[in-house]
Amino acid sequence: MSDSTKPILELTDVGKSFGNIHALRDVSLSVRAGEVTCILGDNGAGKSTMIKIISGLYQHDTGSYHVCGEPMNCSSPRDALDCGIATVYQDLALVPLLPVWRNFFLGSELTIGPWPFRRLDVAAMRRIADDELQKMGIKVPDIDQPVDTLSGGQRQVVAIARAIHFGAKVLILDEPTAALGVKQSGVVLKYISAAREAGLGVIFITHNPHHAYLVGDHFVILRQGTLDLSSPRAELTLDDLTHHMAGGAELDALKHELKRIDAPDVGAVHEKHEQEIGS
Amino acid sequence: MATTKSPPRKPASPPSPETVPGGTPARVTQRSLARRFATRPEVGSLVGAVAVFALFFTVAVPFREFDSLSTVLYASSTIGIMAVGVSLLMIGGEFDLSAGVGVITSALAGGMFAYELSLNIWVAAALALGVSLLIGFLNGYLVVKTKLPSFLITLSMFLMLQGLNLAITRWVTGSVASPTISDMDGYASAQKVFSSTFTIGGVNVQITVLWWILFVALATWVLLRTKVGNWIYAAGGNADSARAVGVPVNYTKIGLFMTVAFMAWFVGMHNLFRFSTVQSGEGVGNELIYIAAAVIGGCALMGGWGTAIGAAIGALILGMAQQGVVYAGWNPDLFMFFIGATLLVAVVLNMWVRLRAQRR
Repeated sequence: MSDSTKPILELTDVGKSFGNIHALRDVSLSVRAGEVTCILGDNGAGKSTMIKIISGLYQHDTGSYHVCGEPMNCSSPRDALDCGIATVYQDLALVPLLPVWRNFFLGSELTIGPWPFRRLDVAAMRRIADDELQKMGIKVPDIDQPVDTLSGGQRQVVAIARAIHFGAKVLILDEPTAALGVKQSGVVLKYISAAREAGLGVIFITHNPHHAYLVGDHFVILRQGTLDLSSPRAELTLDDLTHHMAGGAELDALKHELKRIDAPDVGAVHEKHEQEIGS
Repeated sequence: MATTKSPPRKPASPPSPETVPGGTPARVTQRSLARRFATRPEVGSLVGAVAVFALFFTVAVPFREFDSLSTVLYASSTIGIMAVGVSLLMIGGEFDLSAGVGVITSALAGGMFAYELSLNIWVAAALALGVSLLIGFLNGYLVVKTKLPSFLITLSMFLMLQGLNLAITRWVTGSVASPTISDMDGYASAQKVFSSTFTIGGVNVQITVLWWILFVALATWVLLRTKVGNWIYAAGGNADSARAVGVPVNYTKIGLFMTVAFMAWFVGMHNLFRFSTVQSGEGVGNELIYIAAAVIGGCALMGGWGTAIGAAIGALILGMAQQGVVYAGWNPDLFMFFIGATLLVAVVLNMWVRLRAQRR
């Protein structure tokens, strides 16, 4: 947060193609600590490809990718994780039937004792998981309950808390509010801003401009694999964002077209319907 | 800039128990002890074990004697040792249909290595272990590399081993059984380890019962108290999620197939040193009994759920059934029917118990 001018993660003119399909072309992005960068875009705009490059699942073909000034060539999610880039996927990478604390430490278990007798430090893991969740303001009734008995929002928060606990500098959230109701989405948005206050760089992928505008500091809109908009919050209103997101000029044209073709018919139907009700 | 500003290092809004995310803490109360007990994977099978015991205790007079108890335990132990490996593998989300003939493959290999190469029994046993582990590795490697269902891979392995068992035995020895090796170096000590009996309170107990208990204890410890155990549950529960957080899912699965192979070697050695010769056509069908034991013990068919103790109770039920049918004077052909019926009741009961107990 102290050095908010220097990005902790930077993509410059990054491109990626699959065969003859350009999934991503000349996309630049910088993520700063203590900021929420929102990536918006329609289905197929290249959001997923972009996160997969950032989180190490894909390699980029062109351009450069730097983390803390160092060129980044992660070949696996594990490498990205070691660089402090944690991704919370839509499916949350939680194992439904495992207890909350086992999920929390999955893949990074704490152990005690010398080798043949090395065992899980169950007491410590339960305590830490409980503490970290409380810090995020969520209190699970029983840290031993399977994760699939939690609500969607709670599960999201478990995944976020886990990423923060394991030293994430950059937190990538892939459509965290997509499958949630209004109230649950609010809960998740609150934790996104909590993560920002904790000094993390947050990349928030969504196709909901309203959610994005509530927490975002910088907005990036992708369209057909290219950068459509990249703008700080100060230069943008919610209306601008919604307009851009909804397709901007394309939508205007569509609106115009719809008005010309459908308006009379729709009107006629309505009038007829009202008459029927009236009589 | 930010829409909600709050002091750093603190959640955006102070958490209070009334406004916990998910909205409704009051609706989610701690599940009662009885409920949590009832959701344990073993509970259904424990009830089943008591019921089966009561049944044979009532209808079969010889079943009530201590001697028959040791026979039941012995039958259970040979199923149970395999069920340890098979249940771990099943919790890890995979099957091994080659486990039944794998036992015989290992025993035949041990017998033929010892006899044909005039090796010390222990050297031959070590070579047989190598053969078993190689089969297990192949199963696991093919499953994780091809991403085909383990059902198909191990079915192929099962059929191939069945053929090889018969063909190689006939080719090497000219008969359908492995040569008798009871007069060879090291046989006595190997027999002590794999197939001896000892007496407790006037009852002869097979040493396999002790091994069985040891393996179940070890597997339980690994499952519940080690990293690897966590990985096994995660690999079976949701392999993609596990991989995303850095769990070596492929190594875990290959390791599990090799664990089954190790158990197959162990039971194979027991067979070899009990009878000193092995019939090459045996073992077919046993793989399903091991799987039945694991499922009756509460292991989920699709993985991610179950315990080694549950599988042990499942093996005990099958052992009681196997001997109980004989003691009750019923047609021994009914054993398979009994297993089928038990399995059906167990899976229905398990599902019912779990659904009821998980309802909040």
